[in-house]
Amino acid sequence: MTTTDVNTNLKTQEYLINMGPQHPAAHGVLRLILTVDGEIIHKVDPDLGYIHRSIEKMCERDTYKQIVHLTDRLDYLSSHINNEAVCLAVENALGIEVPDRVKYIRTIMAELTRLASHQLWWGVMGMDIGALTAFMYAFRDREMINDIMEETVGARLTMNYNIPGGLMFDIHPGFQKKVKDFIKHFRKALPEYNTLLSDNIIFKKRLQGIGYISKEDAIAYGVSGPSARGSGISCDVRKIHPYSAYDKVEFNEILIEGGDSYDRYMVRMKEMEESMNIIDQLIDNIPEGDFQVKTPALIKLPKGEYYQKVETARGELGVFIISDGKKSPYRFKFRSPGFSNLSILDKISRGHKIADLVAIMSSLDFVIPDIDR
Amino acid sequence: MTRTELQSFLTSKVEGLEFGEETTQYLTVTVPREKLRDFMFLLKDTEELAFDYMFSLTAVDWFPKYLGVVYHLESTKYRHILVVHVNTGNREDDISVDTVSDIYPTAHFHEREAYDLMGIVFEGHSDLRRLFLTDDWVGHPLRKDYVDEANMIVK
Amino acid sequence: MGVEKDIKKEVLKDDFPGQVIPGGNGGNIVVGVLDKIINWGRSNSLWPLYFGTSCCAIEMMQTGAARHDWSRFGFEVARPTPRQADVIVIAGTITNKMAPALRKLYDQMAEPKYVVAMGACAISGGPFYYNSYSVVRGADHVIPVDVYVPGCPPRPESLLDAMIKLQKKIRSTKNSERKNPIDGFDEGK
Repeated sequence: MTTTDVNTNLKTQEYLINMGPQHPAAHGVLRLILTVDGEIIHKVDPDLGYIHRSIEKMCERDTYKQIVHLTDRLDYLSSHINNEAVCLAVENALGIEVPDRVKYIRTIMAELTRLASHQLWWGVMGMDIGALTAFMYAFRDREMINDIMEETVGARLTMNYNIPGGLMFDIHPGFQKKVKDFIKHFRKALPEYNTLLSDNIIFKKRLQGIGYISKEDAIAYGVSGPSARGSGISCDVRKIHPYSAYDKVEFNEILIEGGDSYDRYMVRMKEMEESMNIIDQLIDNIPEGDFQVKTPALIKLPKGEYYQKVETARGELGVFIISDGKKSPYRFKFRSPGFSNLSILDKISRGHKIADLVAIMSSLDFVIPDIDR
Repeated sequence: MTRTELQSFLTSKVEGLEFGEETTQYLTVTVPREKLRDFMFLLKDTEELAFDYMFSLTAVDWFPKYLGVVYHLESTKYRHILVVHVNTGNREDDISVDTVSDIYPTAHFHEREAYDLMGIVFEGHSDLRRLFLTDDWVGHPLRKDYVDEANMIVK
Repeated sequence: MGVEKDIKKEVLKDDFPGQVIPGGNGGNIVVGVLDKIINWGRSNSLWPLYFGTSCCAIEMMQTGAARHDWSRFGFEVARPTPRQADVIVIAGTITNKMAPALRKLYDQMAEPKYVVAMGACAISGGPFYYNSYSVVRGADHVIPVDVYVPGCPPRPESLLDAMIKLQKKIRSTKNSERKNPIDGFDEGK
């Protein structure tokens, strides 16, 4: 048989491959049931729930102050931003105006969290593609942010620093200096990152042209965050519906029109620079004042519906509270960015090879507890 | 469009809409169940509205009356937001709502979640299976009357 | 094991307070030395399985990364497949849906195998102890656990400490008396 004969006349058939829940590139316990023909993917069927911890049900029994700590465990890489979402929703519902000091500190902390999250994503993405060195570089710099967090907050990862009405405690006296030292260090380190991976020809070939998301698809499937901005959609909640101190700073929304995995990668790399710019603008201008507004010990929201959007490292997180006027919410819903981003995975990975699926998943930056809740 | 413009525009187009109180955060509208799909097509396809981005779909148990679905829609062009409510007939046997997963593909997953955790049946959904829980799970845990004595240690 | 020989009873008085360990023909010394060599080897090349379900996985990665560097103690060869691993670090919550998968992974591992339960969720369900319908209250309902590390999530230092404790445990094992920890586990023994 000639090659053409093989390509046209050889009878092949589809078969199922199970990827996960224990898979090193699944970033947790995502299970994908792949329908493949040879190595070409025909269908991806995500099977979720391996880390479904019933957080929404638990929220219906907790008070508003207790709920905050549960959100740490949703998307643990953006834990501070998740806390902020709940606190902002409660504050807006009660009509509390927090002091400027709180807003500034919250914004700085949120950007540090975003930096730490993107660093981890970068290291792990390198590892998924097959470059282990990136992991070591990323975690070296991530430890510096963890140190800053630990000094002020007391925790390295699940921070629980926000409370409705402000912050748990004031910043550490050495906070500003440490943040500035970190920024100074990271401004030098980021070009290293680019030399290591972004300009690497093998890395580029693995990503360019893989997992294309068109503009229309991204909107229709509800993709948000850096994954959508890689398709050129302006969807940054910090710009569109500013919260905390984002209306006081100047920063660019990174938009790249391409839509493939490499563009999504580049959006995150450039976002790290913007995060540093935001911190630079705020760190010297933290106003004096209280770090907390007095709130009643048992918060009761007025009857009604409240929605709060924030921009986490993965995209748009929504907190939807339906209150019946009691101490616990009637219904508490998290619109998690990863859940909507995952829904497009089937569409964009069809026709690619299994190894490319790993690259696509990395470029969409999933955190599984954020999807499963 | 501003909130009042949106409200008067929708009222002129569709009959039978119930608008929420003016104090709510976003404009809220309750649609009769049978008009849901037409209403969604109107929202998405009308030039002046252009609600193309569904950012949230929430299933709610309005105990003991009926189950409900809350859709949050935003226009990426005009940046206005609308909240659409739709309710089922009751909580026991009349629990179906028409699917919008062909209008907004993001609803495909969200509806599966709502079916899994709240038990709302979406008519016309192409692949309505459980998403988070195992197939042999009994009941829908987010309902208010859900009891699970084996697994839930209640505080 | 060890060479069994009748103790010369006539040498001992009946009121001798202690217990006499059979001396044998020197076999115990050989076995003891073998034990030491085997345990030394086992404890210093523990290959962990990549098993991170949630937040603790990040701290586990930090432990493996530059600053904490668990390769100093011989844990750096993290394997994605259970068949090549010696120890599972359960880093995160175990849900009812995940539990059968965890048990399957454990069963696929070759003996001797060890389990470290990292973090509050793996110990007891942690923050999800109350009101949750889908969380297993502790990984030790599913597989036998050797070392527990408290924290939510534990610091990398805690995990290192736990791994060193596991090494100590391995070094103090008598291989002649070792039994498979899963034997009788399901019956509650």
